[in-house]
Amino acid sequence: MTITELRSLTRAQKSKEIPASGKRRWGSYTVYAGLVAILVYCLAPFYWMVVSSLRRTVDIFENSLLPAPFSVENYVKVFDGSTMFGQALLNSLIVAGVTTAAALVMGIFAAYAISRLNFRFKSLILGVIIATSMFPGISVVVPLLKFFTNIGWINTYQAMIVPNLSFAIPLAVWNLTTFMKSLPFDLEEAAMIDGCTKWQAFRRVLLPLAAPGIFTTAILTFIHSWNEFIIALSMVNDPRIQTATVAISKFTGATEFQAPFGEQMAAGVIVTIPLVIMVLLFQRRIVEGLTSGAGK
Amino acid sequence: MTPTTTSPLGTVKETRAPGPHQSTAPLRAKKRRLGKGRLGEGRMAALLLSPTAVVLALVIAYPLISAIHQSLYSDQTGIDADGFVTEGETFVGLGNYLNLLSGDAGARFLNAFGNTTFFTLTTVSLETILGLILALAMNRAFRGRSFLRASILIPWAVPTAVSGLLWRWIFQSDGIANNLLGSEILWTAEGVASKIAVIVAEVWKTAPFIGLLVLAGMQVIPEEVYEAAKIDGAGWWRQLGSITLPLVKPTLLVAVLFRLLDALRMFDLPFVLIGPGKDSVETLSMLAWDESNQLRYGSASAFAVILFLYVAVVAVVFVKVLGADVTGTKELRLARKKTRSQKAGTAS
Repeated sequence: MTITELRSLTRAQKSKEIPASGKRRWGSYTVYAGLVAILVYCLAPFYWMVVSSLRRTVDIFENSLLPAPFSVENYVKVFDGSTMFGQALLNSLIVAGVTTAAALVMGIFAAYAISRLNFRFKSLILGVIIATSMFPGISVVVPLLKFFTNIGWINTYQAMIVPNLSFAIPLAVWNLTTFMKSLPFDLEEAAMIDGCTKWQAFRRVLLPLAAPGIFTTAILTFIHSWNEFIIALSMVNDPRIQTATVAISKFTGATEFQAPFGEQMAAGVIVTIPLVIMVLLFQRRIVEGLTSGAGK
Repeated sequence: MTPTTTSPLGTVKETRAPGPHQSTAPLRAKKRRLGKGRLGEGRMAALLLSPTAVVLALVIAYPLISAIHQSLYSDQTGIDADGFVTEGETFVGLGNYLNLLSGDAGARFLNAFGNTTFFTLTTVSLETILGLILALAMNRAFRGRSFLRASILIPWAVPTAVSGLLWRWIFQSDGIANNLLGSEILWTAEGVASKIAVIVAEVWKTAPFIGLLVLAGMQVIPEEVYEAAKIDGAGWWRQLGSITLPLVKPTLLVAVLFRLLDALRMFDLPFVLIGPGKDSVETLSMLAWDESNQLRYGSASAFAVILFLYVAVVAVVFVKVLGADVTGTKELRLARKKTRSQKAGTAS
């Protein structure tokens, strides 16, 4: 059975009338070839990282498609304590977690105001909030670096969390606003007619309805914060506070040729694994969240 | 915005108790209630938006003003007109900017500016073409679509720093890239090869993102449109040019705008893949970061301001000229009209 036959009933009926079955088969082959090409394109580099991380240090430069012999030596080395990689993972979790929670709370309030209340300059305010997400990270980092140095915030979690909000809040506000706008207003109105205050209608009606959107926003914000690099790199130089993305970028040996590639790949896999699991579990939501703004 | 001095309790009460007005003539009451309600809602909105406003003021407005201010000062130690050694900050006016027009600093700035523009143009155009192809292929796939979607999200989810590391490994002098190509190119040193390495890594990571957005745009095109075109004898290319592309254009514009603004501030990838301070891949963000690392906040701020202006100009041009509807302003206005007329309907 070819893919074109599966498309739809009308399609299938019509294609029976056209006697170009050879052409159709050729078409379906190109579709399959295209899909395989996409899979290879997307997964091959990542696969190479996984394979390389599972080789022994002595055969790190081998190019076989499967590690032989299989070894977790690199993973053991990554966690042996000298690199403080476990601590870096924990730091990443703290920074990304707090950023996400803070951005969600503020984002829910702001999105509720924008999607449910009538007030002046609404589209201007939304426009300004979205515009801030286009602000280059370095333009945040340079002035805040000086400011945080003056108030003694360097090498603290808040020195990463607060600047992270510069991209996390616009992201959360935008996603939540789009989602809340898509929810019907009628239910809240009914609740208010039944004697609920606006706050009760918000808490008991809208919030449960908006839960999927809030969850999607949380995933996206978390991934963005987890992947953040320039802020964490600039605000922290103490290895005990630095995040995982910064820690792995500093996994270098004494010279270019001694770079511990196996360990780097293993650390890279470990940093990426939580995200891969999230992608596998919540792919539908992530795609919805990513496209909700653009695909109106 | 109205002042945020009212307590939440007060605002809630206000919106909830339109009672007294109902005793007067119904028409006037309706008018007043709407007016009153809007005032209350305005205050409530101000209250709800104030945490966001405060944080954004601290992390966006303050840095912007501070960067502009800082860019007018110089931190360097020098000798002033009377022969005294001056230390600390001296006001230099536009000196930090004028320095960029000549000399070594100027050459470095122009190089970084050129690299930023070059990377932005090449990566975004390649991503757009590749993203479109990905979306077209995915749109035709019916089996295994969720598997495909998950795998296409992998490059997007890999942190840029990790992807830099990953591609540095692939592009090692005795790595897999040279092995497959049968070449002996030093990808991660200087020169054109390092530029290509950055472009390849960047496109790998971001083309799927454009593909996903465009696919979402394609999926809302009704099948009937294609059926009609087929009956009229339009071939695949004609359908692509006359139906698919025009209809996904709004989505594509927003996606491209995002990617443009993202590419203009590129930092992590060249930083990890090639390394800081390499002429052939140094972007404006990297240059500003390097300057601030050397504690030259004045010129670092000048670079940050220039990059900000560059991003802003590109964004404005894109929105004004090509009409990318990012905020969904039109939709918002419509929705507001609708709720208003609904309210009027329920009130009468």
